[in-house]
Amino acid sequence: MVVRTRVNGEWREADVWPGASLLTMLRDSLGLFGSKNACEQGECGSCSVWLDGKLVCSCLVLAPQAHEREVRTVESLGAAAMNPVQEAFIEAGAVQCGFCTPGFIVAVTDLLQRDPAPNEISVREALSGNLCRCTGYQKILDAVALAARRIREPST
Amino acid sequence: MDPILVLRLPRLRYVQARTVEEAAAIVGSDGGRAMLIAGGTDLLPNLKRRQFDVATLVSLRGIPGWDAITGDPQAGMSLSAGATLDQVARHPAVLSGYRALAQAAGLVSTPQIRYMGTLGGNLMVDPRCNYYNQTFAWRKAVGFCLKKDGDICLVARSSPRCWAVSSSDTAPVAVAFAASVVLQGMAGTRRVRAAELYRDDGIDYTTRKRDEVITSVEFPAARTTTSAYWKLRRRGSFDFPIVGAAVVIWWEDGVVRDARGALSAVGSHPVDISSYLSSLRGVHPDERLIAELAAAADKPARPLDNTDLSHYWRKRMTRVFIERALRDAAGLDPQAGLLTAQLKS
Repeated sequence: MVVRTRVNGEWREADVWPGASLLTMLRDSLGLFGSKNACEQGECGSCSVWLDGKLVCSCLVLAPQAHEREVRTVESLGAAAMNPVQEAFIEAGAVQCGFCTPGFIVAVTDLLQRDPAPNEISVREALSGNLCRCTGYQKILDAVALAARRIREPST
Repeated sequence: MDPILVLRLPRLRYVQARTVEEAAAIVGSDGGRAMLIAGGTDLLPNLKRRQFDVATLVSLRGIPGWDAITGDPQAGMSLSAGATLDQVARHPAVLSGYRALAQAAGLVSTPQIRYMGTLGGNLMVDPRCNYYNQTFAWRKAVGFCLKKDGDICLVARSSPRCWAVSSSDTAPVAVAFAASVVLQGMAGTRRVRAAELYRDDGIDYTTRKRDEVITSVEFPAARTTTSAYWKLRRRGSFDFPIVGAAVVIWWEDGVVRDARGALSAVGSHPVDISSYLSSLRGVHPDERLIAELAAAADKPARPLDNTDLSHYWRKRMTRVFIERALRDAAGLDPQAGLLTAQLKS
């Protein structure tokens, strides 16, 4: 079946079978490899994207469920220049093997769009759906604090 | 790619229902091989692990009014089954009048899952078991169980029934509030009390008929009500409950008019403990009475060795979490109770 989805601002069509996930469609049909395929069960957050503006696991969305809807992936961030979250992850050393990083970048961007000054409890809750197998969580928390400060005070 | 190493969905047909009637007609006439999908956050992982045999998925999302939340605590509230757990957890009227419901919805899984998962879906979470919520390859290697593909219960081998565990956080809250669930099927619409939606069986766990769609959950007026939900899970970040305690207290002139409670994850259905709370009526509970009642109210809880952590410990913690929920609803520091104090630090 043909699924028509607006991906990162551009209407795209993909011919998928009805049991394909949105993640499979993004990676295998549309060539967007930023969203990672890890647990496939909605536990790890590596495949996080926005569907109609809501943060979701694309492995738990059927491709046909995204028909005529809006998807934003990690590729939508920092296409021209890195966004403050991406910069902060590099500066804080929040990237180890890097596999979980795209999912974290999306989840942190989502958090800071809703709450530019989150306290640590909010940050931990907002990132509870993203697992880092390298367990580099402290640096990730540092990166969130840095990104939040940059967004509030762009000159720092 | 190898379908066993990569968790992929089976071949299936996907139908977007335009109305509840249409959805009911499809699942009611498809020979039992069609399933309803709302948020899909429980269904799709289970399907990837081949826990269901499904030919058709009928999506409910997009039906007009599907995620509406209406009413207020003065008059009672109606929450459409398609309201997401995130909507429920953040809704100001739910937070003020039905705090335990907001707490329970907010404690389900992770933000990603709460944006997708719905109230109706959480009420219908397929009962879980260590021998069931596994990949096809795992289950094949260990030996299939009664609930799927096998003929014995691997938890209780001589048992004629399945002991999979009711793992919904919102179900005990709906039971404690004596909420009503509205079901629409091919024969029409009916309302049942939340407790009547469930059967004490890990496989045949609901009285919802195959062609019925849960359309809404109606919570009664909660003018003088306090409530709380306390959840035990292995990881503080996210996990299914291994004990959940929901308590609702109705107040009148500073004393308890009525109190109800229900437990999650200690049986195959939400376990109603309201009868153990009846001596709260007419008094303003102090911590001694709360501890006494909580210590007795774990009696109907029957955790078995089929979820996370040891069932002795979960049984032991059940009374502690009932105490915490009761104290929370009574305005006391939840974790300063007498039963909590008995725990080794």
